[in-house]
Amino acid sequence: MVQERPLPTFQASESQVTRDEGHLIYEDMVLGRYFEDKCAELYQRGKVKGFVHLYNGQEAVCSGVVKAMRADDYVCSTYRDHVHALSAGVSARAVMAELFGKETGCSKGRGGSMHMFSKEHNMLGGFAFIGEGIPVALGAAFQTRYRHDAMGDTSADQVTAAFFGDGTTNNGQFFECLNMAALWKLPILFVVENNKWAIGMAHERASSQAEIYKKASVFGMPGYEVDGMNVLAVREAAKTAVERARAGEGPTLLECLTYRYRGHSVADPDELRPVDEKKFWRDRDPIKRFEAYLLEQDLSTAADLKAIRDKITDVVEDALTFAEESPDPNPADLYKYIFAED
Amino acid sequence: MAQTFLFDALREAIDEEMARDQTVMVMGEDVGQYGGSYKVTKDLYEKYGELRVLDTPIAENSFTGMGIGAAMTGLRPIIEGMNMGFLLLAFNQISNNAGMLRYTSGGNFKIPVVIRGPGGVGSQLGAEHSQRLEAYFQAVPGLKIVACSTPRNAKGLLKAAIRDDNPVLFFEHVLLYFNKEDLPDDEYILPLDKAEMVRPGKDVTILTYSRMRYHVMKAVESLEQKGYDPEVIDLISLKPIDYETIGESIRKTHRVIIVEECMRTGGIAAEIIASINDRFFDELDGPVIRMSSQDIPTPYNKGLEDLTIVQPAQIEEAVEKIMQGRL
Ligand SMILES: Cc1ncc(C[n+]2csc(CCOP(=O)(O)OP(=O)(O)O)c2C)c(N)n1
Ligand SMILES: [Mg+2]
Repeated sequence: MVQERPLPTFQASESQVTRDEGHLIYEDMVLGRYFEDKCAELYQRGKVKGFVHLYNGQEAVCSGVVKAMRADDYVCSTYRDHVHALSAGVSARAVMAELFGKETGCSKGRGGSMHMFSKEHNMLGGFAFIGEGIPVALGAAFQTRYRHDAMGDTSADQVTAAFFGDGTTNNGQFFECLNMAALWKLPILFVVENNKWAIGMAHERASSQAEIYKKASVFGMPGYEVDGMNVLAVREAAKTAVERARAGEGPTLLECLTYRYRGHSVADPDELRPVDEKKFWRDRDPIKRFEAYLLEQDLSTAADLKAIRDKITDVVEDALTFAEESPDPNPADLYKYIFAED
Repeated sequence: MAQTFLFDALREAIDEEMARDQTVMVMGEDVGQYGGSYKVTKDLYEKYGELRVLDTPIAENSFTGMGIGAAMTGLRPIIEGMNMGFLLLAFNQISNNAGMLRYTSGGNFKIPVVIRGPGGVGSQLGAEHSQRLEAYFQAVPGLKIVACSTPRNAKGLLKAAIRDDNPVLFFEHVLLYFNKEDLPDDEYILPLDKAEMVRPGKDVTILTYSRMRYHVMKAVESLEQKGYDPEVIDLISLKPIDYETIGESIRKTHRVIIVEECMRTGGIAAEIIASINDRFFDELDGPVIRMSSQDIPTPYNKGLEDLTIVQPAQIEEAVEKIMQGRL
């Protein structure tokens, strides 16, 4: 049996979710899961191309953070971005159509799996290179502070969440941005999704200090170790961080311990990771766990949850039909969107 | 009319645009309290405060990315590279995000950012501080690339760059900051995509930009005395290149010499020659001549440094040869 880093304990009863909130979060996690399952299937069938990185297993992180934010807050992701886009409010249709390279995709078929963008939903991307989204997210956070303090817009209180992996925390942009965010007290959450692996590089083989949350302290910012398989734990930590950011008190680093159930990308045979490690994490499935919580707390009935799952099955099917029936971009528009005037 | 140094002309442009538009801000190393390495942002920190003239840590990749993120969300940052060469550390952000993100996002975001600072071969600054990045960046889609050369065009072009909704790489030259010129009292803006006719002539078209404009004009002084009448065009915009102006000139002179400070291989001239062949081949009386810096790291030694870049005497000789049909 592999020795797993102990997950921090979290008393679920500490967290208060209403029935509506619970259902919203549950729906969001199920959407993330079903959507990605469908992507895997479509990739196998040759319908979706390119590098496709699925999010299965990590749903509690995205739903826990984004659903603790406002609709006008900013979300910034990586190449593993479908689910962040969905949680940010981009429709399953627009994300699926993007995977099909269609004109109706959220990036008009120009981006693909790793480049989900939506200005309307303040979804900043979709970045395929390691770490490059962190500075961009920092810029969004700076912009909010700038509007508030330099332009006197008291309504400017948006918060930005930057999501990225454990492997990315070994990149300079991570440290540079932590430094600047703390220096200027920017309203940003650095959300590390520590799934133990960077493709085939085990985290403890890449990081001299494997406990990433501890790296916050040297920049004078709070860092929390969070059970990333428990959506309520993530939500609770995120709420604290969001409140802090919104109040102008600066950034927070959240290290969410989680796991991806599938290979790094759909092209990865996933032969390196130990079977018992996979089992350890699958046994802590965030959706099943939240389901149990909702039932225990009498917030939902089994029928409620089934109705949500059925609804999401339909949403994903509808997205697929929409994507398949959508038009390809017009070849005459090959040069469109290079410049702002296009 | 007032005699103004080029660095001050840039400063005026930034000051005027910051006064006009609250979303315009400056960021970079030592731009604030210190006033900028070449004093382009002198006193602006006192005038506009620490957020609008933001002193950043030495973290080129990240502060460039931050400027891009701020631009995506509605600000108009001017990012200063203390030396443009340092922005090699920000190549990824400039290429992937400033250049390509608008396209990759299917038009979701625009990126109104200006990335400016000193480049070029200075006085014995050594290889790393003597770089001409324009050649490296010209292949990046989505970027506009501009090189100013006089106080007048520096001011008018920088104002245009700040107002432009696209990412603009704005090259200044270390040796030109103390050039002086009378500037118009009234506000003016110059188009980013138009070449500047420096000296109309009929014999040969000389295309150049940035500091090489002065080496060309030095050569032209003696060429005039020898009775030659070259046409000198300052490209100004290195991307897109103003082929309209170039075409008009070629139709008149049928001969072209390009004088550039970037290296020969993969340089700006290499691209222009290919495009001139595509567009105006039939107008040419002979091959386009390219005069570039040597393909070497710029040496420190003064004599070797002089040998690295194109000198006025070489330009003079090239014009004479081309006019005598010997080139
Ligand atoms: C600059 C850069 N280098 C390398 C890669 C190739 N690459 C893609 S994902 C990845 C691993 C990232 O791991 P992590 O940050 O833990 O995120 P995860 O994939 O686990 O979500 C690597 C090396 C890249 N995309 N960008
Ligand atoms: Mg990882």
